[in-house]
Amino acid sequence: MATESSYYVPEQSRLPIFATIGIFLTAFGAATWINGGSSYIFFAGALSMATVLWFWFAAVIKENMQGLNSDQLKRSYVWGMGWFIFSEVMFFAAFFGALYYIRTFSLPWLGGEGDRGSSNMLWEGFQNTWPLMVTPEQAVSGEAAKVVGPKGIIDPWHLPLLNTVLLLASSVTVHIAHVYLKKDKRQAFNLWLGATVALGIAFLFFQVEEYLEAYQQLGLTLESGIYGTTFFMLTGFHGAHVTLGTIMLLIMLLRSVIAHHFKPDDHFGFEAASWYWHFVDVVWVGLFIFVYVLGA
Amino acid sequence: MAHGPKPGFTRWLYTTNHKDIGSMYLWFSFAMFLLGGCMALVIRAELFQPGLQIVQPDFFNQMTTMHGLIMVFGAVMPAFVGLANWMVPMMIGAPDMALPRMNNWSFWILPFAFAMLASTLFMEGGAPNFGWTFYAPLSTEYAPPSVTFFIFAIHIMGASSIMGAINIVATILNMRAPGMTLMKMPLFVWTWLITAYLLIAVMPVLAGVVTMMLMDIHFGTSFFSAAGGGDPVLFQHVFWFFGHPEVYIMILPAFGIVSAIIPTFARKPLFGYSSMVYATASIAFLSFIVWAHHMFTVGMPIAGELFFMYATMLIAVPTGVKVFNWVTTMFRGSMTFETPMLFSIAFVILFTLGGFSGLMLAIAPADFQYHDTYFVVAHFHYVLVPGAIFSITAGVYYWLPKWTGNMYNETMGKVHFWMAFVGLNVTFFPMHFVGLAGMPRRIPDYALQFADFNQIASVGAFLFGAAQIVFLFNVIRTVKGGKKATDEVWENPEGLEWSVPSPAPYHTFSTPPVVR
Repeated sequence: MATESSYYVPEQSRLPIFATIGIFLTAFGAATWINGGSSYIFFAGALSMATVLWFWFAAVIKENMQGLNSDQLKRSYVWGMGWFIFSEVMFFAAFFGALYYIRTFSLPWLGGEGDRGSSNMLWEGFQNTWPLMVTPEQAVSGEAAKVVGPKGIIDPWHLPLLNTVLLLASSVTVHIAHVYLKKDKRQAFNLWLGATVALGIAFLFFQVEEYLEAYQQLGLTLESGIYGTTFFMLTGFHGAHVTLGTIMLLIMLLRSVIAHHFKPDDHFGFEAASWYWHFVDVVWVGLFIFVYVLGA
Repeated sequence: MAHGPKPGFTRWLYTTNHKDIGSMYLWFSFAMFLLGGCMALVIRAELFQPGLQIVQPDFFNQMTTMHGLIMVFGAVMPAFVGLANWMVPMMIGAPDMALPRMNNWSFWILPFAFAMLASTLFMEGGAPNFGWTFYAPLSTEYAPPSVTFFIFAIHIMGASSIMGAINIVATILNMRAPGMTLMKMPLFVWTWLITAYLLIAVMPVLAGVVTMMLMDIHFGTSFFSAAGGGDPVLFQHVFWFFGHPEVYIMILPAFGIVSAIIPTFARKPLFGYSSMVYATASIAFLSFIVWAHHMFTVGMPIAGELFFMYATMLIAVPTGVKVFNWVTTMFRGSMTFETPMLFSIAFVILFTLGGFSGLMLAIAPADFQYHDTYFVVAHFHYVLVPGAIFSITAGVYYWLPKWTGNMYNETMGKVHFWMAFVGLNVTFFPMHFVGLAGMPRRIPDYALQFADFNQIASVGAFLFGAAQIVFLFNVIRTVKGGKKATDEVWENPEGLEWSVPSPAPYHTFSTPPVVR
């Protein structure tokens, strides 16, 4: 609750309208591109979006360093980041929910079980298995089927296990970095934050390895039926979030190393990035359990 | 802090002021209301007689789809956000919204997103024609190419809504004046806090479901295709997990508005304030566990039908608490019937009517008869038109003198009310009958026996449309001038917004007011 005697209200800003143009060009360009048009609009949009965000964050950081930010405004940023992460949780919930529904209801019914089992008449001979190696279309049309199941799936106890260890370790390192920042041990902070970024990059490297193995050796692709669909959409969106989180942490590292930003009692930029990192870590644990281990 | 708005049109582009942004939201929403309204009139003109008269079936489908999308995402939601922008900071004694630049961004995305959505009308293959609920596979395998633009328009609208909602939550939780404890907040603030929570929870799910569509259409995934092991019904589950809370996003702020207006004109404090808060929270909670009542006929196990039926009927309990409280607030009050009060009373009566038809639809075995008929159309238009639209209109009349410093024309307001009231009932009441008699929704042609009621409905629709022109004229007149309003405007109204001058100064509170 407000205890300040006066409020800070920012002046007019050109950032929002430019950000709007950026996000519009990105969205419109993506749709144009996907529909078979040119990709220029999309890249122009993405570039302008990135530029605007650069200036926007620069403005926020500058205002904070000038001492313009009241405690109240700082709390607003904290609330904002917290609720943003909650919205991301719900985005992933939609995809986890889809996986749950497919495995618990759709596939058993397609395979002839229960109340709705009659739908199996449309796909005669289809067997419900998970991982789904033979799609309903394959069960009916055999060789002529267009949607073909994978030949193999990723073994959870190799690369995914390694990635689990890497990502869990990175959550610990980023926490240690935070502790050192609060103790004003700059050197150690940079070191542990750097280690976190390295772990993030290593994770992404192995994720790419895994995708290459899936596509080249296992015939496991985005198009190989519902198993490939859920596998790649869940791990893919997670990977995109890890990429974003790694970039965020890398920028925090550069801010600390090059510009000596952050004070022991004032470093919400870093803290927000670390919250985001913990969030992608938790999502990974969900993925490891529900997609890899229970999916094998 | 005495400085006012900057001159010139860049004021609107660069503004960080909650009042400027609120006004832009409201004008944008009104423009979309007229656009979506014109589409509704195309629908009603076509349905005036059986047979094809004016438009082709495919264009008719585009009209029903775009009408729904524009009204939901372009008219109702931005209007409530506009009212929140104007009123929430004033009601809680804050100088502005918590994150003013993001606030402007949230607004400006909308005109661009809707330009993109509307542009699909001129694309090859036409605009989306699969209904506003865009069920797969109509919206995937059988969709026009413009569906890709529809998907990305939804994406950026969603981003706008999430940012707007985060801003409102941060404002309410963080910017209240000293002494403004949670249980002293006006109900409009409370209902918006809960609405914002719903928005943050379900807009990402909408983003998820349109992403699944995009992947199925263009990248060969099998989410909604049984051939690959997916399920079109999965689409409906994910969509309605978003869709049902979305319905309450469009009505909870309305509850807040009428809870502000009725006490003022009944000259009694609101009956049962805390029960109103708890009822709102209960409705919000229940909204997450009732989604499949939209899909009783899709083929669910009996246990699912029963669960969703009973959970849905439970909603009547907190809603009943609210209606009881509004009626009890009016009971033995010294009532007067200014325009905002007329709209609010009509809200209470007609929204309750819409609630009752909702209760009928909630009964799963009965729903097998009503599903996808005009009865459903009648039901949700009764909760949205005299519900959401009337409450927004009431709110505009109620606070317009505070915004502009001028009184609106009361006679014209009453003309607007009676035209709208008669128009909407003439339009939507007969739809109950044709629906129960079996007329399906979303068709451009119908059997002869439905002709009479459809003609009546079409006449009512044009009357309702004409009423909005009166509204527009009245608002413009009030903005331009008219009788000066006092600071209190009404007789002893409750709330901080009435403690500041009319029109409210550009920056309302430079130091926090003290709330006792």
